[in-house]
Amino acid sequence: MSEPLVVIGNGMASARFVEELGKQALGRYSVLVIGAEPTLAYNRVLLSSLLAGEVEAGDIELKSKSWWRSQGVTLVYGRRAVTIDPAARTVALEGGACIPFARLVLATGSLPIRLPKPGMDLPGVLTFRDHDDVAAMLAATGPATRAVVIGGGLLGIEAAHGLARTGTHVTLIHLMDRLMERQLDREAANLLKRALEERGITVLLGADTAAIEGDGCVEAVRLADGRVLAADMVVSAVGIRPNAELARSAGLTLGRGIVVDDQMTTSDPAIHAIGECAEHRGICYGLVEPAYEQGQVLARHLAGKAAAYAGTVLSTNLKVSGVPVFSAGDFIGADGTEIIVWRDPGLGTYRKLVLRDDVLVGAVLFGETGDGLWYLDLIRRGEPLGRLREAVVFGRALAEAA
Amino acid sequence: MTAHAGSPRPVATACPYCGVGCGVLASTGPDGGVTISGDPAHPANRGRLCVKGSTLGETLSLDGRLLHPMIRAGSGVLQRVSWASALDAVAEGFARIARNHGPDATAFYLSGQLLTEDYYVANKLMKGFLGTANVDTNSRLCMASSVAGHRRGFGSDTVPGSYDDLDQADLLVLVGSNAAWCHPVLWQRMVANKQSRGARIVVIDPRRTATSAEADLMLAIRPGTDGTLFAGLLVHLAETGTLDQAYIAAHTEGFDQALERARELGPSIEATARACGLAGGDVRRLFHWFRTTERSVTLYSQGVNQSAQGTDKVSAILNCHLATGRIGRAGMGPFSLTGQPNAMGGREVGGLANMLAAHMGFSSVEIDRVRRFWGAPRMAEREGLKAVAMFDAIEKGTIKALWVMATNPAASLPRADAVRRAMAGLDHFVVSENVLSNDTINSGARILLPAAAWGEKDGTVTNSERRITRQRRFLPLPGEARPDWWIVAEVAKRLGFAEAFSWPDVASVFREHAALSSFENQGSRDFDIGGLSQLSATEFEALEPVQWPVRRRSDTADKRFFANGGFFTPDGKARFIAIEAPGLRTEPDAAHPYVLNTGRMRDHWHTMTRTGKAPTLGRHAIEPAVEIHPRDAAAASLAAGDFAEVSTAHGRVTLRVVIDEGQAPGSLFVPIHWTAETASHGRVGALVQPATDPFSGQPEMKATPAAISRVAPGIEGFILSRSAVALPAGTRWARAAVAGGLGTVFSAPGGIDGAVIAAHLKPPGGAVSEMVDLGRGVYRAAIFDGARLVAVIFVAAGGRPSWSWIEAQFGAAELSPLARKALLSGRAPDGMADAGPTICACFAIGLTAIKAAIAEGACDVDAVGRALKAGTNCGSCRPEIKKLIETRPVTAPALA
Repeated sequence: MSEPLVVIGNGMASARFVEELGKQALGRYSVLVIGAEPTLAYNRVLLSSLLAGEVEAGDIELKSKSWWRSQGVTLVYGRRAVTIDPAARTVALEGGACIPFARLVLATGSLPIRLPKPGMDLPGVLTFRDHDDVAAMLAATGPATRAVVIGGGLLGIEAAHGLARTGTHVTLIHLMDRLMERQLDREAANLLKRALEERGITVLLGADTAAIEGDGCVEAVRLADGRVLAADMVVSAVGIRPNAELARSAGLTLGRGIVVDDQMTTSDPAIHAIGECAEHRGICYGLVEPAYEQGQVLARHLAGKAAAYAGTVLSTNLKVSGVPVFSAGDFIGADGTEIIVWRDPGLGTYRKLVLRDDVLVGAVLFGETGDGLWYLDLIRRGEPLGRLREAVVFGRALAEAA
Repeated sequence: MTAHAGSPRPVATACPYCGVGCGVLASTGPDGGVTISGDPAHPANRGRLCVKGSTLGETLSLDGRLLHPMIRAGSGVLQRVSWASALDAVAEGFARIARNHGPDATAFYLSGQLLTEDYYVANKLMKGFLGTANVDTNSRLCMASSVAGHRRGFGSDTVPGSYDDLDQADLLVLVGSNAAWCHPVLWQRMVANKQSRGARIVVIDPRRTATSAEADLMLAIRPGTDGTLFAGLLVHLAETGTLDQAYIAAHTEGFDQALERARELGPSIEATARACGLAGGDVRRLFHWFRTTERSVTLYSQGVNQSAQGTDKVSAILNCHLATGRIGRAGMGPFSLTGQPNAMGGREVGGLANMLAAHMGFSSVEIDRVRRFWGAPRMAEREGLKAVAMFDAIEKGTIKALWVMATNPAASLPRADAVRRAMAGLDHFVVSENVLSNDTINSGARILLPAAAWGEKDGTVTNSERRITRQRRFLPLPGEARPDWWIVAEVAKRLGFAEAFSWPDVASVFREHAALSSFENQGSRDFDIGGLSQLSATEFEALEPVQWPVRRRSDTADKRFFANGGFFTPDGKARFIAIEAPGLRTEPDAAHPYVLNTGRMRDHWHTMTRTGKAPTLGRHAIEPAVEIHPRDAAAASLAAGDFAEVSTAHGRVTLRVVIDEGQAPGSLFVPIHWTAETASHGRVGALVQPATDPFSGQPEMKATPAAISRVAPGIEGFILSRSAVALPAGTRWARAAVAGGLGTVFSAPGGIDGAVIAAHLKPPGGAVSEMVDLGRGVYRAAIFDGARLVAVIFVAAGGRPSWSWIEAQFGAAELSPLARKALLSGRAPDGMADAGPTICACFAIGLTAIKAAIAEGACDVDAVGRALKAGTNCGSCRPEIKKLIETRPVTAPALA
């Protein structure tokens, strides 16, 4: 008899976990996936492409309906889980159903942070998190629309890029003095800013939002320095927080997210958490790669195999608005570090490597990131570069060519 | 059509480099490019060329050429003037100074680069019309000791043999000659003889060289003791009964005195070996081989000539050949290898201050004969000043007017720094040149005259075996350049000598020179080409290479001298010479403990105005270096690649250190080629002492006492640029031609900011690609003007980086994307596929790999993912992959 295993959440972590579990222990569990969104699991990373009109909604589905069927998974989507009873080992759904589980996996993801500023609740103030957000944006885009995107992190930039592709006039405002300050150094951030500007996006740095203004709907964004930006649409993309409400209701141990051990098990041995809702060794990851790794570890664990998640060295390996960027480790360069830089404005590339005592400790790449994973590996290994140093900044092929 | 429509057929001419005098075929393509090949019909080289000759086509650009007459204005700036005003100014200066201070206050300093006809006209003007014999030439630095030795021994400046002797000899003894580098084509003939006929090769040289590497016996002789070795050989020949008593009796004088002196110097093999710093067995072997080998040729070059006892060294060699009668017969004889393409031609016309014309000297009979032939109003009545003495007189101010043609005394003479200063003090200083700038011009030349260069001028040259070859024109005269003979003749006309200097063409000059050679000759002088004095213009144009003498038109067969005596002394007998005790003029001492040797590098020639333009030649030695034996290097705390200051009593240079086991301990070797144009601290002429041979006046350029000490290396680097780059004061640099521009290597003791240089080199609107590793003192930049690479800079703290691969990229018309990515690494991206733009960032998969996977059958995004993992992580690249699949090239189905 299969044990009932319930997954709450139907996003990327969930889909990868189910896929891995199928590979590791097909039939051992009777799997039921509960999703609040009324769609099959989709690739959230591609929402900006959807917004930009580069793909259709169907294109971003992670798995087809038939695939889910072939995995023997019961999908319950468009319904929200409202409470968990750990003692009774049941999950209550919106509308009253109560589902028993032997094992529960929380993959509830994260929620957008809303700025505590006046006017954030005006109609026309959107977030950028799911299909509904994209649909709402698409309903308002066009050459006559002026959009202000608040937040110069990855999400805000992707939203700005997607909107700009629709012909919308986009202004991206960011509180800090450079874009993606947690992933990029100043030079890479400047290059990114220029790349966005070349796509027609106006970028304002050091722009502190004071209030959203409007009479019944959004009309403008007022900045702390008094500037007023006319806006027909505002997208708030200032960050995310783990979605841990259900876990809280179940009395699980929480930090910023749901605290898990190296087997992705929460304070309740029958309940697990993966992805952006989880907090492992004090870290809540906001990227897809750790979520996938966690899903794999948990699948192996539930299949009865030895598996442990040791955390992911923070690296960013992305294409931001079509421009590859990569960063890892101490890419700024603390005191006592040495810096190697290679820039070619003609090629639109930039690389900075940070070394401490001849050991690579950080890297930021812009424009061409093919060697990012090699640098990440060098950072993880922590060995002195020695002879590699001479050409290390030019990438693996040249550095290893004696 | 391009402006310079080329000759449809190859033009046969002569190589402008060494004294081998190879025949060259030059073909001009429709694009103006010149293709060079060896002339298979020329007897000197039979189609072969060395690397310098082969790359002549790379040296013909007009970059840096002097194309118009120029006069230095009061401000010091050279300004273009008309030929008429330049020639007027030249004539006015010589006339004025000769009038006010006498003709001996004027001088010409000529060159083995000039053609015989140029030389003839210059010599005629000075010695017959201005009335001074102050006409000397850079040949004085090259083979004046051979001239003096020949004249002393034979009564004439005669090279008795032919190149054929090198093919036919059974023993080839090279003395002071690195023929493998300096006369490569002849050397190849010698090596071929060794290989095919088993000839033995002996090299006598303080330094192990490329030549000695091929030798059966290498004698690393103590500098300055060659005379002792050949004295010892003479003694050995006498004691072993190897003398040709009949020849000695019939054709020579002075044998007994010469042998007596030889017995004092080299009484035995052991004593000879000791004096020469050689192993007794090696000396015994040489003597044995020489004694038992009838067909022996002794070849000698600068190691013999450039000596304060050069004439005696030549005589010591000639003594051995005269004593055995091994002269003028097939496969035997003494053989002087001349350095320059037309050193011999200069000797023939009297280009040396102690020769009059056509191998005549300054006896009253000869002076009178030449006077009558020329109709000369004012014959020089005595020998003029030889090069070193001439520049001493300039320094003292007794010579006030100087005309330098086709040479660079400010770099090449001993005490070159003093020479440079001395020339700055001249009242009247004229330079005929190909180049706009060199050390001599920049010493303060007041009038520059643009001379025709190789390929642009017509005339004759004579090689080391007395073979006259036509140099023919295959390029148009650029700008206002004119042949040297024309320039001198125009000045002569302005000095009032129109009647004697009005040749319509170069063939007329040649005919007059040939006529003088046979004038009242009747076999009394070796040099006689009277048989060529009636050549029509067409016959002159078609003249085949011919060995002199050519006493009659039909007498064009090759010939040797002296097999049966017939020397050009009054009694027709050769003279044995009792030489002075050999030794260096100045011995090393505590302050200057090393013997400094100077010489050539394989791929450069003189002061590099020609070879410096050829990227192929620049690669062999990018910068000047001092070579030192490992033991001496260790004692001086020098490591390979360090920089060292080399100093003598006369000057100092700073050079890269090369450690070479081939150097004799206690000696240093430095190359002669670099000037202030090509290196900041490499003017080795400044080091050389002015001591000269008492007979030849040739300076001792290979044995100046010197000191060496390490200097701080500083930050090193290189720049490849399209034109010359000025570096901050205090930077040491050297410059060489590279494909597409110039390569400059530098070291900056006080450091250097590469970014500042990069900013300086960046054209408006250009871009700087750079790599910086400050922790290692590394700065590299590539400067682009649009897509075109215009400069590359590499700065490094730990030694000079290599530019070999980068140079190829710099020379390429276009930089491939892969090459651009690899450029600043300095490493060839061999085997590195161009990944193309990154598609999958998560797994770093590029466009190239994805296209390949699709081509191999991946028909959907997941299939690509299975093949490459691309798109299987964050998935953001999946739309791009999908698009690539949808737009993949469709293969047409094969038709049944």
